[in-house]
Amino acid sequence: MSKTSSATTTRISSFVLVVVFITLALSLTALYLGITALLTEETVVSGYLLLVGFLGLALSTYMLFQTRRRILRLRIKAPPVTTTIECRKCSFKSVREFQRGDHIFKEVEPCQKCNENMLITAIYREVKGKVKRSRF
Amino acid sequence: MNILAVLMSSLGSQIAQFPSDTLSWIMSIVFYAMFIVFMFYGQKIQTYTMLRQVEGSLYKLKYIRDEGRKITIETIKEIGKPQTDPSTKVDRFLEYFTISPQSLDPAGVVWKLEHILDIRDTRFKDEVKLMAPASGETQVNNLENTLEAAMALNYIYKIIRHFYLLGKKTLSLYIIMQIQMILPLIMREAEAYASALKAFAYGQPIGDGAGALVAAKLMHGHETRKIAKDCVVATVPMEGRTSYVIKAEGPGGNVGKPGEAVKTIIEENDGKINMIIMIDAALKLEGEEPGQVAEGVGAAIGGPGVDQYKIEESILKHRIPINAVIIKEDIGDAVSPMRKKIFDAVDPAIERIKQVILEKTKEGDKVIIAGVGNSIGIGH
Repeated sequence: MSKTSSATTTRISSFVLVVVFITLALSLTALYLGITALLTEETVVSGYLLLVGFLGLALSTYMLFQTRRRILRLRIKAPPVTTTIECRKCSFKSVREFQRGDHIFKEVEPCQKCNENMLITAIYREVKGKVKRSRF
Repeated sequence: MNILAVLMSSLGSQIAQFPSDTLSWIMSIVFYAMFIVFMFYGQKIQTYTMLRQVEGSLYKLKYIRDEGRKITIETIKEIGKPQTDPSTKVDRFLEYFTISPQSLDPAGVVWKLEHILDIRDTRFKDEVKLMAPASGETQVNNLENTLEAAMALNYIYKIIRHFYLLGKKTLSLYIIMQIQMILPLIMREAEAYASALKAFAYGQPIGDGAGALVAAKLMHGHETRKIAKDCVVATVPMEGRTSYVIKAEGPGGNVGKPGEAVKTIIEENDGKINMIIMIDAALKLEGEEPGQVAEGVGAAIGGPGVDQYKIEESILKHRIPINAVIIKEDIGDAVSPMRKKIFDAVDPAIERIKQVILEKTKEGDKVIIAGVGNSIGIGH
């Protein structure tokens, strides 16, 4: 388990990138030639060139997006966790970001209103995002 | 780039000179060639495609494993203030293994398993104390949990790597296929452990602690006493009944020994317990809502089975009815910081417990309420 292993994990092979860019360049050239052939009414030739061009373009852009997606996916996200503090006497409530050492039912700083010791009553994370409605 | 354009344009002009039927002929040959290639090498191509998929996941697992190790070492340095670099000790810890007892003759295997698990727990705690000498009891428990999550990530990575390399060596479709098919589930589990690791490192309550949180809410404000290893009990009057509320000792990462605790309370009361209610977080099925509360019968407790066995033995001896209330969540929620939906399910679960008590017992009865789960970040 080397210290640099995480860096090598996220690195994208330069060979792959070169192949992707060459494919992209060839596809664009094929598309250009296809359009030129179409203008000179060489329909069969232009058809083949356009087909090859579009296929190459789709393949290379897909591979480019895949390499980017891999980088994006390789992150461990720490979800934001909130701590709710309540005053037992006056029911004053405050919500703040979780701090190390917080735990449910821990007595914390005095209440801003009545100076009574406040209590941590909740620690949770809220999941934000679209709720996918299933038909089942 | 200019050379490339010249090459392509000359190729284009050459293609343009071809008669259209020649081109069709070439395309037909290409089509037949591809058909033959796929007929003979289809399986090999499939094998390589699967290997690529496994390799991609293996990269991710390696990253998660290394990040886990890094977080663990940083947390030990921050909390434990060791004199020397704990990296070597952490690496050694990640390779620890536990051999389960021989079950060829199954009689007494539970006690053997319990003994092995006790030794493991003691050994882990001793190692953590050596790694992080400045940490208190709560922090030792949290660090132990952090190290266990890092250990699980290391193990998952090594298993997938084993099958990947074996598949690459043998090029056997069936070796690669079996790992490729279960890969999405393994990745979900690995991601869950990765978020668990951060929760353990910070001491945040996790979804698995839903049962412990129910018990904590019930016993809050009442005097507690230690009843079994890492377990506390509080005597709480509830709806005219006496309830013994059990939970793992918090706020450190602990699951305690609820089986031993339930057994001790039954013995303390000479078996005169009218009902046991167990509350635990349970894995939901896809399509079910997280935080859904459900009710049933039986000992709601996971783990290696030692505690479930002890509870079942005790209730059978004294013919005590046992009820269960579960809070549903998925594997990701179970080991990552507690979701609001699960936190909000605690009050309905308490209401359900009270309802069960009212329906199934009468005033003056004695009830055991056991909140099962990891008590990390949950005091009492």
